[in-house]
Amino acid sequence: MKKSLALIAAVAALALPMSAQAHRAWLAPTATVLSGADAWVGFDAGMSNGVFIPDHAAMNLAGLVITAPDGSTAQAENMMRSRYRSTFDLHLTQPGTWKVANVSSGVTATYKLDGEEKRWRGQVAEFPGAIPAGATDVVATRTSNRIETFVTLGAPTDSVFTNPADGLALIPITHPNDLAAGEAATFKLSIDGAAASDVEVTIARGGTRYRDNPDEMTVTTGADGAFTVAWPEPGMYWLNATVRTPAEGATIAASAQYVAVMEVLP
Amino acid sequence: MRKLTLAATALAGSVAGPALAADINVSVEIPRLSVAAYHRPYVAVWIERPDSTAVRTLAVWYEVSNVAEGKDWLKDMRTWWRRGGRSMTLPADGVSSATKAPGRHTVSIPGARLSSLPAGDYVMVVEAARELGGRETVRVPFRWGAANTARASGSSELGAVSVAVTR
Repeated sequence: MKKSLALIAAVAALALPMSAQAHRAWLAPTATVLSGADAWVGFDAGMSNGVFIPDHAAMNLAGLVITAPDGSTAQAENMMRSRYRSTFDLHLTQPGTWKVANVSSGVTATYKLDGEEKRWRGQVAEFPGAIPAGATDVVATRTSNRIETFVTLGAPTDSVFTNPADGLALIPITHPNDLAAGEAATFKLSIDGAAASDVEVTIARGGTRYRDNPDEMTVTTGADGAFTVAWPEPGMYWLNATVRTPAEGATIAASAQYVAVMEVLP
Repeated sequence: MRKLTLAATALAGSVAGPALAADINVSVEIPRLSVAAYHRPYVAVWIERPDSTAVRTLAVWYEVSNVAEGKDWLKDMRTWWRRGGRSMTLPADGVSSATKAPGRHTVSIPGARLSSLPAGDYVMVVEAARELGGRETVRVPFRWGAANTARASGSSELGAVSVAVTR
């Protein structure tokens, strides 16, 4: 029993961009503030304990969606999956702010059939139909993961910021490509389109290999979903929030996760 | 000439207020650096209010001749880029020009170009960013609306910076 649970956790960690006990997932740009007629930005995506340190697993980028300032969808170029990180390039061909997001959602379920423990993962629409008749001990969770970052050519724009109906999302008050050390920035979190209040947000700065203190910060969203971060110093930052909702009546449990990577300049 | 200038000032004073005929001269010293791979710095000169909001960019020295890539490094003048550069279209007449060699350079802005600037306290900001080098910002508080001079000095990428408001 114990062994099978551990196995499930391991399988889940491999299959999903993020899962409950997984390493930290990060999608990190090589630059966030750019000038010129056009520009190229590279991205590294991985999962590891130390943010931006590729030493555990490459991220599955099946859910990669890149949104250009004009709302169109752009394609990643030079995609490669190496041992510990996935990498790709993005050609910024129009001025403004671009959103690069790896989004996944679905249902994970465990159940027993004929005394055997089974596991199922699929789309929301397929559940519960995909669970065989006669299954018992069905435990299902609706998952929603959004791992994103933003890059800007020229002046920042707001067109890519949306309030999606599904899962956790960030609604910037301060533009994520307009961050400077010594200043404070405010963002709002939404869950399923509504303000995500009283949610803990973890903020970790990259470069932990070169210092002894992890220097992590935790802030909590207010009633309107807003939280404020005072950036102590320049660097690439990882922001993470998780909201777990237990099953209630006919509604299955839900687990929503959000990750953003933001660069703070001197 | 002087009489004409005064007359213009009086006329402007009755309409918009202050200091129409005053000119601003900004002297910027680019230090000579003994480094193996010297590249002339990108330099931006702009006026800010005391609360650090930008009023206007007066000069941007960058690799104008490199049409394909010259603007790629404008962002390295980080402070200027954030406070106003990123919203500008370059090249801009009377603002952008080629990078300058080490030495003293003067940016002269005729009062007519600043006729919409209300009298008051401002800061002249000069920022330099150099390829394979550092970045430095020098801030010189000055007053617009009366003749005055002010100066400050950089310590790495910029030398003496002085501002003279004449009328």
